[in-house]
Amino acid sequence: MTTTEGNAPSATTPEIGGVGHSVRRKEDDRFVQGGGQYLEDITLPGMLHLALLRSPLPHARVVKIDASAAEQLPGVVAVVTGEALAAHDLAWMPTLSGDTQAVLATDKVRFQGQEVAGVVAESPYIAWDALELIDVEYDPLPPVVDPKRALEADAPLIRDDKEGQTDNSCYQWEAGDKAATDQAFAEADTVVSLDTHYPRSHPAPLETCGCVADLNPVTGQATIYMTSQAPHAIRTLFAMVAGLPEENIRVVSPDIGGGFGNKVPIYPGYVVATAASLLIGRPVKWIESRSENLISTGFARDYHMHADLALRRDGTMLGLRVNMVSDNGAFYADAQPSKFRAGLFHVVTGSYDYPAAHVVTQGAYTNKAPGGVAYRCSFRITEASYLIERLVQNAAYELGIDPAVLRMKNFIRPEQFPYHTPTGFVYDSGDYGAALQKALDHVAYAGIAQEKEEARKEGKLVGVGIASFTEAVGAGPSKDYDIAGLKMFDSAELRVHPTGKAILKLGTKSQGQGHETTYAQIVANELGIPASDIAVREGDTDDTPYGLGTYASRSTPTSGAAAVVIARKLREKARTIAAHLLEASEEDLDWEPGRFVVKGAPDRGVTIQDVALAAYTNFPDGTEPGLEGVHYYDPPNLTYPFGSYVVVVEVDEETGVWSVRRMIAVDDCGVRINPMIVEGQICGGLAEGFAMSAMQYITFDEDGNCIGSNFMDYLIPTAWETPRFELDETVTPSPHHPIGAKGVGESATVGSPAAYVNAVIDALAPFGIRNIDMPVTPARVWEAMREAKAGT
Amino acid sequence: MQVTVTVNGVERNGDVEPRMLLVHFLRTTLDLTGTHVGCDTSNCGACTVLLDGKPVKSCTMFAVQANRRSITTVEGLKQDGQLDPIQQGFKEMHGLQCGFCTPAMMLVSKALLDRDSDPEEDDIRWALSGNLCRCTGYVNIVKAVQWAANEMQRATP
Repeated sequence: MTTTEGNAPSATTPEIGGVGHSVRRKEDDRFVQGGGQYLEDITLPGMLHLALLRSPLPHARVVKIDASAAEQLPGVVAVVTGEALAAHDLAWMPTLSGDTQAVLATDKVRFQGQEVAGVVAESPYIAWDALELIDVEYDPLPPVVDPKRALEADAPLIRDDKEGQTDNSCYQWEAGDKAATDQAFAEADTVVSLDTHYPRSHPAPLETCGCVADLNPVTGQATIYMTSQAPHAIRTLFAMVAGLPEENIRVVSPDIGGGFGNKVPIYPGYVVATAASLLIGRPVKWIESRSENLISTGFARDYHMHADLALRRDGTMLGLRVNMVSDNGAFYADAQPSKFRAGLFHVVTGSYDYPAAHVVTQGAYTNKAPGGVAYRCSFRITEASYLIERLVQNAAYELGIDPAVLRMKNFIRPEQFPYHTPTGFVYDSGDYGAALQKALDHVAYAGIAQEKEEARKEGKLVGVGIASFTEAVGAGPSKDYDIAGLKMFDSAELRVHPTGKAILKLGTKSQGQGHETTYAQIVANELGIPASDIAVREGDTDDTPYGLGTYASRSTPTSGAAAVVIARKLREKARTIAAHLLEASEEDLDWEPGRFVVKGAPDRGVTIQDVALAAYTNFPDGTEPGLEGVHYYDPPNLTYPFGSYVVVVEVDEETGVWSVRRMIAVDDCGVRINPMIVEGQICGGLAEGFAMSAMQYITFDEDGNCIGSNFMDYLIPTAWETPRFELDETVTPSPHHPIGAKGVGESATVGSPAAYVNAVIDALAPFGIRNIDMPVTPARVWEAMREAKAGT
Repeated sequence: MQVTVTVNGVERNGDVEPRMLLVHFLRTTLDLTGTHVGCDTSNCGACTVLLDGKPVKSCTMFAVQANRRSITTVEGLKQDGQLDPIQQGFKEMHGLQCGFCTPAMMLVSKALLDRDSDPEEDDIRWALSGNLCRCTGYVNIVKAVQWAANEMQRATP
């Protein structure tokens, strides 16, 4: 393993709190006192409230909207319709995937919950009352619910608004080498296949989406407070869409109550609130209800996947073939790099070494909400990781080889890095065998067969599931990665004040990840200034350098790297000033955390705080005053965190109820900046992975009605259902990140669903069961067993 | 309608519509924005406050139903300039990430510790099961409650 300079954590003291210390979070003081400033907490003088009327039908022509009764309700200031927006060319807006989306319906509604009209009123209660008074006449059309049906030639056309669109095909994309893959399959002894649906899910952060738009009619200044994970990009897109001068727009993301990808896109509510504020001349607030959040914004997953794996009889993997249909809803609004139509799904080759793969994806428009957000996932990597890890386990059954042994045999070996995958990724570093072995040791894997046997005697089915995932996170290098044309670099701006305290500003935006603490630790590590003396600012476009925001585990790989680079640049400037103060040459100075000392004379030194003061009061002639700089970091590659999860479950044969006996998570995210925060991220991801495996589910009946539109139907595990987790780690630094760190916020959500489901399938393997689609509910388990028993 | 409520030890008055939810009264009329709204169906618990010492979901009560009663919100946890042990526990054990569910989680935990100073892990998980968290997987919330229980026992031997 090659490592770059700086990969080993600096030996800062706990008081300085650099890399490697579990520093308690700086942001927590305000949160534990109820002092967080979330979007809904913002109240401006004269502020009005927007509520949206949504379609009860999934597919219908809008014949007539009569808002006269609503307009007459005392307290109602305006009713906004698509027709009114069309007069300002705002009835449609571009999506992050190059499609267009209706802001308010003018021609048809295309999903249940689509935005039809907005009421602006003096209070939210009045706005909600007025919605009831709007009379909309619809002419119902047949809904298209099944994406495979949508792609048939005689399916009703959903996107008749798009010129030249004659079917419901949304996109087609492929990766890898078809000829090489066909050759690999021709040479195979056996082919193992899996058909599975990764169901529609929703990030459902506890805070819903919202904004307060404040357009000053006198100055032309637009301040938009918004629950956005990417405020800078949003500002640019608003400037482009609304034709507002970008220098007059300020987007502010306040404290965000969880994002998980839900708060990346632009939603119609933001646009309507902004347009209303512009037209009325008063601030307008829009806050989603939970139902609105679940039925209209930012769904995730919904991939119907078929995969074939070619192997030799001895278990050697030769090639992978994937055919997939994605259900994109009524508008192609996936939040993802524009070059990759199915996100980074082509990371589906996984942690294994084989020469050939071919991935074909076909997107379908359906009468469902748009979204396709990267829900705690670096653009469709969760689906990919799930598919390969499920497939590998089934291959093990087919060949009669232990699933752990089959993985070990095919892992990319440590000396093969950097590893070029057959679909175009260059994995930076890894030691997959070490992580899996560690996880297996925790469950005493050799004794598992006996544990299964003993459980069987007690009438219980025990199963073990493994997932050895590799993620591709930290988008990304500008040559390949952009969103709506904006390259996916990120930034950090650092100023050390005369008193030796510092302020660091970044283009990313925390939604709970603890940026105020970890970024401060990065600078503390490089400059020796205590992390507690470093303020961190994000989210206000007027106060931070440009960046693409926080999602896809990109903050540490991009802005985190930028913070290292700018801190090192300032350290070099500090060296010049230190040499001046010590009357020594720069080459004669040694750096120890927080201090320059003269070589061979350890008593002669100056602290970084001394230097900071001198940067404003006593700097050498010809040196630029101050200690401040900004760096824009264009990463040379993604980072590739990995890990192995092992789950042991127990299934009740009578009821299908399953429970987790053990959940072991061994994660490798390179160098850990704050181990406490890293472990917190992993625990959260393991819980969300469990949620998707077991409970969370958005589906539709044949009439296109959304099932899972509130927290009574969309089940989120509480502390009671959530399993206990056991964590461990290996550390394989990223060779190209300046401190060897990789992203980690999503690893557990990406890796764990396959481990949970594999464990249940393993428990049911004696019945010949090879697949149950998520969520693996007791009813589905029971039904699978019933069918299997009936068939034998 | 006139409502008089003792909130965090202070008598507060308001003139409210009969249909006004307690959570909106707290957040809008009294400007106590530490109490949050996370769903429409009383499932998430982000709006939980203590009513006469017991947890209630303030989105499921009208403000007028709280008339002449006593409410504790997150803003009332800190006493004499000192964080409550439960607040310290959440900080110390990394029991929060985005912070949105945190005020309610702390109030529910406080009510638990008020009636059981040494709860088992299952007791804690059961007590928290009316409240959702999307960030932590509950692991460190449980540890935060245990930390606070130990701290309170240490302080009152």
